[in-house]
Amino acid sequence: MLWPVAAMASPAPERVPSASVRVDGDAAGSVRLVLEGRLDAGRAGSVWGEALERARECEADPLVVDCSAIDYCDGAGASILVALRELQEARGRRLEVRGLREEFARILALIEPSGEAAPAPPSKREGLLVALGRSSLGFFAELRSLVVFTGEITVCLGRALRHPRSIRFRDVVVVAERAGIGAIPIIALVGFLLGLILAFQSAVSLQRFGAQIFVADFIGIAMFRELGPLMAAILLTARSGSAFAAEIGTMKVNEEIDALTTMGLEPVRFLVIPRVLAAVLVIPALILLMDLAGVVGGLAMFLTLDYPVVTFWNRVVEATSPGDLLGGLFKGAVYGVIVAAVGCLRGTETGTGASAVGESTTSAVVSGIVLIAVTAAIFSIVFYVLGI
Amino acid sequence: MPEPIIRVEELTARYGGRTVFDRVSFEVGRGEVFVILGGSGCGKSTLLKHMIGLYTPFSGHIWIDGEDVTGAEGDAKRAILSKLGVMYQSGALFGSMTLLENVMLPMEEFTDLPPDARSLIARTKLKMVQLEGFEDFMPAEISGGMKKRAAIARAMALDPEILFLDEPSAGLDPITSAELDQTILELSRNLGVTFVIVTHELPSIYTIADRVIMLDKETKGIVATGPPAELRDRSDNPWVRRFFRREAGGEAAEVSA
Repeated sequence: MLWPVAAMASPAPERVPSASVRVDGDAAGSVRLVLEGRLDAGRAGSVWGEALERARECEADPLVVDCSAIDYCDGAGASILVALRELQEARGRRLEVRGLREEFARILALIEPSGEAAPAPPSKREGLLVALGRSSLGFFAELRSLVVFTGEITVCLGRALRHPRSIRFRDVVVVAERAGIGAIPIIALVGFLLGLILAFQSAVSLQRFGAQIFVADFIGIAMFRELGPLMAAILLTARSGSAFAAEIGTMKVNEEIDALTTMGLEPVRFLVIPRVLAAVLVIPALILLMDLAGVVGGLAMFLTLDYPVVTFWNRVVEATSPGDLLGGLFKGAVYGVIVAAVGCLRGTETGTGASAVGESTTSAVVSGIVLIAVTAAIFSIVFYVLGI
Repeated sequence: MPEPIIRVEELTARYGGRTVFDRVSFEVGRGEVFVILGGSGCGKSTLLKHMIGLYTPFSGHIWIDGEDVTGAEGDAKRAILSKLGVMYQSGALFGSMTLLENVMLPMEEFTDLPPDARSLIARTKLKMVQLEGFEDFMPAEISGGMKKRAAIARAMALDPEILFLDEPSAGLDPITSAELDQTILELSRNLGVTFVIVTHELPSIYTIADRVIMLDKETKGIVATGPPAELRDRSDNPWVRRFFRREAGGEAAEVSA
């Protein structure tokens, strides 16, 4: 049996005493609502709607509810009576409960709101202008925290470089290993497929002009200059930026960040600097691997066009310069700082509770990718203007 | 009361526009076991976090051993913090380090002790809280009570003059809780450490506390100060007496009556 518990929990239908509601009239012409049977959490729902519907149809004031035929009543059953009373009050009428056994009346007394109703909470709906103002303030607060955090990291990095002994190199190595060696398979796979896809897509157009040999040039330039660093950074964000946010976020929730602070250890030096250094150290290697895998992917496709390997290699070497590769590595280093800093910032901004860690992880990936895309665009413009 | 080591002066805390407590003043004597009491949500932990310099107060001052915590920054603040040890409610042990590494960390950062000496001192601290043999365990591998004791050992790493404990007995069984009380008493008697403890556990309070203050949510201030047994028997405030006798039915609002 797949779900034995569920199966056992479902009693045989014919043995279940059901609950019902009906409207009854007496000789004097007065109408009353009769609730019968077992009004427990499992059955109250079946009569809830009908009871309210019947009550709405009755014009009697007070509306008499006859409860003498109720066999059992729990909090859910008693809530029907509360709902009926509220309905009557909303219509400016009264409700009279008759025949309710004492043990059930006690339950009703427990759940019935006493005294005057609490004032309704103010509406959470706000005007467009207020919402716009609020989101603008949120945006500027966000920007401010980003600037403050960047400043803190810069100051701390400067101090760490002046006093290298203050850097926790053991942590740098551990983070670098996790962010670097762990990422090798996915970087190689994505790089290879990216090169393959680019080669196929460019070959389709270039073949029309008999210029398919330039597929090699295209792969080399695109991978070394732009796509290698960009994709490596995006994968680093997804793998490590999220992990940084989750680790630091969990530490925040567990009061470990507070513990560091009261021990006189600055969280930025202790947690952020090792991660930033590790990301900056690791990303050039990841970019080189991504470039290599992309070129191999492109080569795999290029060979299907019946060219020899040496032709592909010569084209790639001719089309690209060391400057392209170094430019890509420089961009990558900047992306690395962004990934680590945003991941750590989101981690330190984590609120309380487990869901807050999830939110900061998501936010680390989203804002990391957005910032990388924006920085990539800025780099493209600057490199173009400088003629690099 | 012995000579004061902590002086809280007219301290007001606000959180999101809401006043948590208003112009609270008290003193903690050197070597005392001082307990902060009060109903849920009255700001006990907030007060503790102000005292250890994690939160900046809306107004008022906190003096620790003659130094103002509230205005301190950078190295001055670090100098004050070096006199304190803090145990957080969850223990807040660093999950990626063993218990020994957790205890050694403050020494690594703030002393020139060689690694052998650090390790030896850390082992003695762990022994002091009955955690001998657990040095190489990770925090995730030990029980809640052991985590709290390990956190006390870490807080003791630099032999601070004052230890702040946030709900040390919360979530512990009575035996573990009693053992923790014994540890606190021993540290207090043998080493003269001053303790500032936030707790709800009445049996613990009677065992360890020299003096308590009670915070109240309604008046946002201190409603009682003194030794716990005295407050239980002789307080003229009915809510305070009820609190100590664990009697139901008291609304905090009656305090002001």
